[in-house]
Amino acid sequence: MSKVIEGLYYSESHEWVKVEGAYGYIGITDYAQHALGNIVYVDMPDVDDEVEKDAEFGAVESVKAASDLISPVSGKVVEVNEVLEDQPELLNQDAYANWIIKVELTDTTDLDSLMDAKAYEATCKE
Amino acid sequence: MESNLKRTCLYDKHVALGAQMSPFAGFDMPIQYTSIIEEHNAVRHACGIFDVSHMGEVLISGPDAERLVGHLFTNDVREMTPGKVLYGMMLYPNGGVVDDLLVYKKGDEEFFLVINAANIDKDVAWMQENCAGFNAKVENQSEAYAQVAVQGPKAEELVEKLLHVTVSDLEFYTFKELEIDGKKAIFSRTGYTGEDGFEIYGDAAYINKVWDTLVGSGEVLPCGLGCRDTLRFEVALPLYGHELSQDITPIEAGLGMFVKMDKPEFIGKEAIARQKEEGVKQKVVGIELHEKAVPRNGYDVEAEGTRIGYVTTGYQSISTGKSVCMALIDSRYAALGTEVDVRIRKKLFKGTVCKKRFYQKNYKK
Repeated sequence: MSKVIEGLYYSESHEWVKVEGAYGYIGITDYAQHALGNIVYVDMPDVDDEVEKDAEFGAVESVKAASDLISPVSGKVVEVNEVLEDQPELLNQDAYANWIIKVELTDTTDLDSLMDAKAYEATCKE
Repeated sequence: MESNLKRTCLYDKHVALGAQMSPFAGFDMPIQYTSIIEEHNAVRHACGIFDVSHMGEVLISGPDAERLVGHLFTNDVREMTPGKVLYGMMLYPNGGVVDDLLVYKKGDEEFFLVINAANIDKDVAWMQENCAGFNAKVENQSEAYAQVAVQGPKAEELVEKLLHVTVSDLEFYTFKELEIDGKKAIFSRTGYTGEDGFEIYGDAAYINKVWDTLVGSGEVLPCGLGCRDTLRFEVALPLYGHELSQDITPIEAGLGMFVKMDKPEFIGKEAIARQKEEGVKQKVVGIELHEKAVPRNGYDVEAEGTRIGYVTTGYQSISTGKSVCMALIDSRYAALGTEVDVRIRKKLFKGTVCKKRFYQKNYKK
């Protein structure tokens, strides 16, 4: 049921990364937004913070629960999506059109351990 | 584990509607059907229906029924006439709460008690342990009753129109028993949302019919336990295990008005009298955060760098958009306007102690 799109890298904790040159945009998947329900708050890091692969970098809060954001890659935060501060519900509307943070990738080999669309789609069906 | 969960008589309907099901008090219950926000708003502005068949029902009957209920219950049942409902608690001798409940007076020798699902076994055992010397019978009738709550400003109109019953004559906190299809059903003007509405108790067949008729009309939205909690929270109705517990007395919870000290006796009276005289060490308060963030159950509340308590329930209020919570804190910090901090993950968020009622109730009285 959940949407998965081609060309992104996916993590087991339901984040995605879209790579553009030396930068990666990180967001949550459609499966994640659906499981969370109405999202009311996104706790984001600050610009210049370092994020570490497989470590928590913030949280997405729905009406009923808080869910940690786990970074699929290491890097330095160069931008946060400030639109989500006032409109966190955009993540429910389109989880792929609304990235959460943009990072400068430290090591592109981080991407090797992530899944492609097909592999991720299979895990969502399990 | 999952297979041990009980199911209400409406279980198949929840699954067919695509509800997100989750364990609650030993039952597999619907948390939401489509969206907590949509369901919450339906109850605030139109009408929603909740399956609350998991709630427990106990009948206390016999010549000493009134005296026994009066012994167990903090509110005063002596002035009740048949058809009235009262809210109150059962207490331990130390003033801690066994449960909070509704008492329906069916007749001079018949009282119907509605208790929390998670506490059914404990409550029934407590009543039985404490009924010695009373000529009254305590019967757990939880299995015999299914229950729905129909809540919202349009509840009266829709219940009358769709179920062909008269409920506009019911005042707030009164009920009547109607005979429908040869069986009795209870309609009471009560609820747990801060809106006008009714709770309907009957057998599985009738409650299924009520559900099908109301939901089938398209005018009453199925609502899950998710919004039941956001609704009751906004109007500061306590939830047992959060704002009330064996470790939180009604006085500490700010519910002293439901404890009648002019009654000759009830279990816990001495402890409450002592607490009223000496003052309380902890208190349930409201806190509004200055920033957007979501304070949740269990998060620490701090002041001047020290932990002073914890959040009992918190949300970003759906009706007001404010980040608010109820918290059990050291009473020295409980005055309105006191600045406190709530620790959310690693960060401290500043907040102000405020009234617990974050949204005005809209009862028809």
